[in-house]
Amino acid sequence: MSVENGIGASVKRKEDQRFITGNGNYLDDINKLGQTYGYFLRSPHAFAKIKSINLDAAKAAPGVVDIFTGADMAADGIGGLICGWGITSKDGSPHVAPPHPCLAVDTVKHVGDQVAFVVAESVAEAKNAAELIEVDYEELQSVTDVSKALAAGAPQVHEEAPGNQCYDWELGDKEAVDAAFANAAHVTKMDLVNNRLAPNPMEPRAALGEYDPGTGEYTLHTTSQNPHVARLILSAFVAVAPEHKLRVIAPDVGGGFGSKIFVYAEETTTIWASKKVGRPIKWTADRSEAFLTDAHGRDHATHAEMAFDGDGHILGFRVSTKANMGAYLSTFASAVPTYLYATLLNGQYKMPCIYAEVQAAFTNTTPVDAYRGAGRPEATYVVERMMERAARDMNMDPTDLRMKNFIQPDAYPYETPVIMTYDSGDYPLTMNTAKGMIDYEGFAARKAKSEANGKLRGIGSAAYIEACGIAPSAAVGSLGAGVGLWESAEVRFNPTGSVTVFTGSHSHGQGHETTFAQLIADKLGVPFDSVEVVHGDTTKVPFGMGTYGSRSLAVGGSAIVKAADKVVEKAKKIAAHLMEASADDIEHEHGVFSIAGTDKQLTIGEIAFAAYVPHNYPEDLEPGLAENAFYDPLNFTFPAGTHIAEVEIDPNTGIVDVVDWAAADDFGNIINPMIVEGQVHGGVAQGIGQALLEGVVYDDDSGQLLTGSYMDYCMPRADDLPNFKVEATNTPCPSNPLGVKGCGEAGAIAAPAALMNAITDALGHEIDMPATPEKVWRAAQNA
Amino acid sequence: MTTVTMTVNGKSVSADVEPNTLLVQFIREHLRLTGTHVGCDTSQCGACTVHVNGSSAKSCTMLAVQADGADVTTIEGLANGDQLHPMQEAFKENHGLQCGFCTPGMIMSAVDLVNRNPNPSEETIREELEGNICRCTGYHNIVKSVKAASENMGG
Repeated sequence: MSVENGIGASVKRKEDQRFITGNGNYLDDINKLGQTYGYFLRSPHAFAKIKSINLDAAKAAPGVVDIFTGADMAADGIGGLICGWGITSKDGSPHVAPPHPCLAVDTVKHVGDQVAFVVAESVAEAKNAAELIEVDYEELQSVTDVSKALAAGAPQVHEEAPGNQCYDWELGDKEAVDAAFANAAHVTKMDLVNNRLAPNPMEPRAALGEYDPGTGEYTLHTTSQNPHVARLILSAFVAVAPEHKLRVIAPDVGGGFGSKIFVYAEETTTIWASKKVGRPIKWTADRSEAFLTDAHGRDHATHAEMAFDGDGHILGFRVSTKANMGAYLSTFASAVPTYLYATLLNGQYKMPCIYAEVQAAFTNTTPVDAYRGAGRPEATYVVERMMERAARDMNMDPTDLRMKNFIQPDAYPYETPVIMTYDSGDYPLTMNTAKGMIDYEGFAARKAKSEANGKLRGIGSAAYIEACGIAPSAAVGSLGAGVGLWESAEVRFNPTGSVTVFTGSHSHGQGHETTFAQLIADKLGVPFDSVEVVHGDTTKVPFGMGTYGSRSLAVGGSAIVKAADKVVEKAKKIAAHLMEASADDIEHEHGVFSIAGTDKQLTIGEIAFAAYVPHNYPEDLEPGLAENAFYDPLNFTFPAGTHIAEVEIDPNTGIVDVVDWAAADDFGNIINPMIVEGQVHGGVAQGIGQALLEGVVYDDDSGQLLTGSYMDYCMPRADDLPNFKVEATNTPCPSNPLGVKGCGEAGAIAAPAALMNAITDALGHEIDMPATPEKVWRAAQNA
Repeated sequence: MTTVTMTVNGKSVSADVEPNTLLVQFIREHLRLTGTHVGCDTSQCGACTVHVNGSSAKSCTMLAVQADGADVTTIEGLANGDQLHPMQEAFKENHGLQCGFCTPGMIMSAVDLVNRNPNPSEETIREELEGNICRCTGYHNIVKSVKAASENMGG
């Protein structure tokens, strides 16, 4: 029996009604009585000592309520921001995590670093006053490039980090890899740059802090993907307020893509200062501030070598990466180029041995942390550019080389040489599906036609794998994580039969209100419209770890299923009592409880009413029908698939036209295909953005951010992108009750490698991302 | 302070504003119509798009005083009571939005687009939406939504 609006249905989204009518409730839409406005004075220099700060003129400016500096926060015992994942270097030493004050104390370390916080009656008055603050800087030579930062004689960003090194980490078996290379018939080598990106959710970050002197409670509205994590960090580490006196609310959030996971200086300062001024304070970033301060993504420089035998089988893989951490270690920065990166270097292949080393460095740039995919796009980029290049070097079709090396569908569980145990998959199937979708075999004819028109044409694939459903707490704990990565949920029946679901996951575009309601409609037979999903408020939702790493359904959804299962167990006891039967004889399907072999039955609505009006009720059972559950995953999930891109390049202009895109993804079971396809579209668009258009650029000498607005940083527009062909295959995930794997990051992981493989196929030259018209034109002149 | 008077979503409104008040500030802060969003500071993103005298305009590029006497429609004024505009309906039906932040501006631009091009091709839709940035959808379903709405708007 299938259920209306249940699992597998492309149900239209509940949340859309408010968004399409202008009734969303984003942070800047919220206003409080007596509210003031905060504005940050930021460093204009990449690296400078602060010799003095004079606030006199600014404090006397119209509308100013107060102005705070780093000294004020330090005097109040407010700690700096922390990194929640410890990485251990090759030599056994812990990573270097220098102080990260919310407001600079004696030095500024990147353009945009916070120097002072002005609180005024209006934003305009706060900005005007900020202009009157006199800061005497002593400018220092900065360094922004990761390789230059690690070179001898580079400017030292932190005293605590000699040579600017944060860590020098390794994974895998170096000796085995050296031996494999010694026996190789063919070795492919590449140097690859994974360009730095600015995440750019369309809603800029914002915070609204208020303090209630009556209760001693702080309430922080903030643009967060994980309000409970923010509360934990602000309480336990930054010491803004005790955890039970701090309420964190993340209302409608306009996109995140990782950048709203982290706890930043701005919301920390805002909530702290709200008590100091005794009035609510709202701070809203403008886009320029977003470019300067939202944690950036990627920024790797990698040398990779892959060894093959005479038949094209992989013998070993050797990878050396330099990762830019920026000026400070952001909340999960250290984990991204290590455990979220090198553990995926096995790709979809039988690789006997892998050795990866990663050197992370501080530079005078905006901190770098997780951005959609986080480490996994970087890994896929290295593996899949290498596979394509190796195939070309060995005169093989790149899809044939992959096919030859794929882990086979009967090989699971499959242990890789880099920690992970893949649980399921069918890589040949996803590749063949993608090839069929794009008519791979017909490419030669299309290329000939393009050439006849004076155009270059290329095709390129990426067979990606990711580790999602982050993450088994014990596993990540053993690798240095400072938190558990479970999720929690409550399924609460109301006496009238409607259901409120509380989830620790946070939706900022993913459509949880719809997908999670589908789960309840399916499991408990409650009409879809009678299910309300509540998220994003630490006072309403018992606990949560939030949304990132494509974990909301695999981990958050599983917690909801566990809670729903508990509801069913209790409901069976109530049904048994009401129908005068044994609980063991009660059968349940989609909210209908019946006695096996009879026509006696009760609906969950009738049982819920009995639970709250327990006049005729089991003596040993508590009233009420509301259950909590925590779910800690047993393993990561492993979404995988193949994306194939086809491009046509005009050699006269260097413009790359993405003429076709095929995405074949295995996400396991799918709850709402419409939403999943939308996630793939968006991910691919961000991946195409990285490959073609986007890139954060700093001036090498001054350390100034040259791409600080939409005038300079090229966001993908509608006319930059094609329509996408998207299909799903399914090997259900065996480690969670829903059999789901996660779909949010796949597109961003697969797309850059697929597109660059297509472009380099067309050009016959290697170029680095982004493949701008100028770069492509120059390469095309030599094609 | 300068007094501005305009019609917003069919109602006459009047207020004293600083001469440098942007139309979007007037809409969001004076009228508390927060469906119109601000996503950038360089007039690129289009989240603030409204209709001024029937044509789409980025309300961050206009001063409130420039709209004095104008007829302004924001996303809140697009539906006819509970009856959604066909463009709103199409965005919902075709999953043309995810986080929803760019959506009001995208819908207002798209309505203007279809008013001017009753039967737009995919290429036209993509070109015309150049001034509205969406980070979530990859535009695939936005284009589909606009096409579907154009058919329902009698194009």
